[in-house]
Amino acid sequence: MAVCVAVIAKENYPLYIKTLPNENELKFHYTVHTSLDVIEERIHSVSKNTNDLRELYLGLLYPTEDYKVYGYVTNSRIKFIIVIESTNATIRDNEIRSMFRKLHNAYTDMVCNPFYTNGDIIEST
Amino acid sequence: MLSGLSCLLFRLENAFYELAQAYYHHESRVVKAHRDHLNKTTHALLFVRHQFKVAFYNELKQDSHTALKHYRQAYLHLHELRITDYNLLEIKTNSCIVNFKICKLCFEHNTPLDAISQFRRHVDIYKSKIGTADLAFEHSAWMSKQFAVFGDLFEEAIRAGLTAIQTQHPGFYYQEAARYAIARKQLCRGLCPAELKYPASDPLAEADKMEYYGQRPWRQGHQSLEAPSVQKEREGIQALQYRECQVDHSWLVIPLLSSAIAQFKKYKSPRMKRYLVVQMGEEYYHAKDYSKALALLGRVTWEYRSERWWSILTNILQLSLRCAYLVMSFEEYVTVSIELMGRYAQVPREEKIRIQMNLHKIFQDEVPEPEHGCEHDSVEKGRALWTTISAGGKSRSPIVVEMNSITAFVECKACFTADSFLCESPVTVKLGLHSFAPMPIRFSQLSVRFSNEAYNQFGIVVDENAVDDPIESTSYLKPGQTLWHTFQFIVEQDDVDCNLSIAGVDLVLGSLEGCCATLRWTDGGGDAIVHPFATQVHRKKVALNADFSVVSWDVLPSNYSTHISPREANLDVQLLQKGPALVNEFYLMTVSITNTEVAQISNVRTSISVVTAVADAVATAQPNTFLYEDIDLPCSQLISMPLLEELKPNQKVDNVAYVRCVDSGARLMCIQVSYQIPIDISGKMSMCNCMKEITSSIEVCEPFNITVSLTNMKFEKIEKVQLGEAFLSRMEVKCLSPWPVALQGSSLNLAKLVKFADEESLSQLTDVSLKQNDCAVEFRCLLSSGQTPSEIDIGSYSIEWRRVQNGAAVPFASTTVSLPTVEAEPIPLSLHVDMPAYGHMKAVLPLTYLLHNQTPFVQDMEIAMESSEAFMLSGHKQLFFRILPDSQHILRYNLFPLFPGYVTLPRLRVNMVRYSGVLDQLLSSVVPTHIFIKPFEKKVSA
Repeated sequence: MAVCVAVIAKENYPLYIKTLPNENELKFHYTVHTSLDVIEERIHSVSKNTNDLRELYLGLLYPTEDYKVYGYVTNSRIKFIIVIESTNATIRDNEIRSMFRKLHNAYTDMVCNPFYTNGDIIEST
Repeated sequence: MLSGLSCLLFRLENAFYELAQAYYHHESRVVKAHRDHLNKTTHALLFVRHQFKVAFYNELKQDSHTALKHYRQAYLHLHELRITDYNLLEIKTNSCIVNFKICKLCFEHNTPLDAISQFRRHVDIYKSKIGTADLAFEHSAWMSKQFAVFGDLFEEAIRAGLTAIQTQHPGFYYQEAARYAIARKQLCRGLCPAELKYPASDPLAEADKMEYYGQRPWRQGHQSLEAPSVQKEREGIQALQYRECQVDHSWLVIPLLSSAIAQFKKYKSPRMKRYLVVQMGEEYYHAKDYSKALALLGRVTWEYRSERWWSILTNILQLSLRCAYLVMSFEEYVTVSIELMGRYAQVPREEKIRIQMNLHKIFQDEVPEPEHGCEHDSVEKGRALWTTISAGGKSRSPIVVEMNSITAFVECKACFTADSFLCESPVTVKLGLHSFAPMPIRFSQLSVRFSNEAYNQFGIVVDENAVDDPIESTSYLKPGQTLWHTFQFIVEQDDVDCNLSIAGVDLVLGSLEGCCATLRWTDGGGDAIVHPFATQVHRKKVALNADFSVVSWDVLPSNYSTHISPREANLDVQLLQKGPALVNEFYLMTVSITNTEVAQISNVRTSISVVTAVADAVATAQPNTFLYEDIDLPCSQLISMPLLEELKPNQKVDNVAYVRCVDSGARLMCIQVSYQIPIDISGKMSMCNCMKEITSSIEVCEPFNITVSLTNMKFEKIEKVQLGEAFLSRMEVKCLSPWPVALQGSSLNLAKLVKFADEESLSQLTDVSLKQNDCAVEFRCLLSSGQTPSEIDIGSYSIEWRRVQNGAAVPFASTTVSLPTVEAEPIPLSLHVDMPAYGHMKAVLPLTYLLHNQTPFVQDMEIAMESSEAFMLSGHKQLFFRILPDSQHILRYNLFPLFPGYVTLPRLRVNMVRYSGVLDQLLSSVVPTHIFIKPFEKKVSA
């Protein structure tokens, strides 16, 4: 299972960050924040090279000793980040992909809500 | 000589090299031979040892590939050993050495991926092998060392030419090393009690003289699974723990962090770098170097703030607040407190209240409460610092807090209530202050600064009430409420037509006499960082003149620049002119100004300029319109009329100016009139500058259409002229001007190769006056004097003219057209006929033909004179002769007319033997064919 899920706005501020309740939340905030470096770099290198449709799923961003950080960027540059524990070997790439796809669908549904203004902090009940 | 020496050296080196290689080869063979007698079950340790030896000999032999192979073998054997708590340190120490060798060689072989995967395997194997729980810090230290050493190896490889990428570079390893170093510090804190004593037996005495790496000094050479003595074991652990306590861990962590920062900076990971800076700040905090920690944290807050990571920002600020308290940095303490009380700080309300109370205290010169979670002795030191300052009675020097760079608990929005103000009406500024503090707060002074400092006096509000007095007043801010101030003032005349802006807002916290902090916004405050990007996009625009008290704070507009527009001029300005103007003439314009103001105006300045469209200005580099204040004065593109001292109401003034345009088309004239008028602004009379500007267009047309054509002497149109032969130029002037135009005269300005056929050639168009569509024609007789056939330029034709109605006041204008260029061809023979204009019946009519050889050769000529029935003829009927080059032959005939009237002359045929046939056509244009013969006088009978 993922230990942290984050939705980051186009301008790189957090819209939503959820971590396992008994974990050190701040540490994950830092982890998510630092992973933006890699995401930005990937987006840049892709947009420079081709005009083709970009793959939304960025895959493993970078490994740390304890966690694996995966990234996904929508076409409107909303970033989804999922952090998995390194020891968890059971989750495969396909499952990460499907997790992102579900997250993307959930985000799309939320944006469709007429009471949500774009760019506001997301509140989950 | 030298080359001989180096050659010898080279040979010597090779000889030594071979010797050394042979030696190492032999040694490794010895070890290998020894190994063959070994048994895996009993000599497992020796397997590792032998492989390492062989590898090392091979490395010395400079056979690094074989060395690597054997190191790998050694590593595998090492891994196969059974690990217990007692031999773990030895195994780890040895695996560390072997791993280092493998990684180093892999990098040297330029296979960095092998090195990385070897290292990963190494770390994965030993990560969980902590060993004795009491010495867990030893494991962290070992792990930290592994990462740091690998980071160094990696960096070395990069320096040797390897390229790293953003997600794989030494920075990550340094970072991990730092992380383990931090873990080591924490484990040390947990495992090593402060009151620990070093055991008297000194179990570590032998540590420097041990035979094998990684063994415990108190049980050297011991290989069984159990400890030989429990007592010794416990004392040994105690001694190690005591030693660990003496280590300054922070100084192990900080260099690792700074190496990592340098790497992440290099590989474009600014956020990671920032995170590491925060960690470094924390480490300095733990090392009790609070001012350093404060400086480091202060460096990164800006980025977290601008990216709106409030949770991280709050965490950093809380740490900064502690540091600021402990080193008694007044300015930092106030700034951080102000930000932590703000709406974006993710701090519970109680904590915010506590911070506000502390802030309140320091402005009362009291000592604030210490922050939570600080080291006890540091708190004591900090408190002492605060106490000495407040007890000393000296007020701290006032500080300035730049509010635009923090997200403070009080927000300010200043706005002009309109985008522009007329200079005679008062300028209004509305300023709102909104507090997000948990408790009410009082400010002692509010001042607005403007781009023109003269108005600063109008923007000051002072609150005299004591700071802790809960009376509502001008600057007592309750939580969640907005306080509005309105400022009004009249601008000075110097600022008319300028932009006026709010340069800043200052809010003073604390008493002005005592200790105070000035919260300073540049511009009008508002939403630089607080409301970034997204929220601004869909925000509805609130009108500047709306009632702000009903509008939500976040959507309030901020408009901190306005324009002071001049008073509207009340003047009637007209450009009187009767168009169209003619090209090149001095065209008279009249500027008529009527004062329609209620008062007398003064200092009336008028100027006229030509408005050039941008496209035109580029296309025509030369100006095509010139303005003259008077005909005698030099021209310019902008002229000023004489200054009018004063102009009474309804008085009218006319000024004249001339314009001369050098081509046709429309022109736009711009007339500016500026003046001063005394007006009453809120009871004070002051002079106000006004300006009126009108534009008026002038149509310009050509006065004439001049057509030029060439004819021969018989008035027949010709396309070519003949060298040395006279021809006529016909100028037809058609008047296009709607007004009668008087021609003063015309002149031909001839080019070099053309001259007048006569000595003097007078203009035939003197004192002629033309109405619209009238035509005037004149002829001039010209001669081309060139020697060679060419296109010749005849010259130009100009006429001097002026309008009839203008009279002598205006000088003549001149219109010039250039005459066509024609082809001039040479003729071999020129023929000139000399005869009277008419003849009389039965009276002798002398006729002379003059033939001129134009060629440089002798020409054979034959002529024949045909007879005519209208004449009797004497002279050569037929003749052959020669003409020398450039000389003449004269033929004389006497004719005797027989019939009156317009009769045909006898035809002369000339033939040049060399140019047979060509002459006929040539001569027919020159030789007259007819002549008029007057009949007999009629005798009028008396």
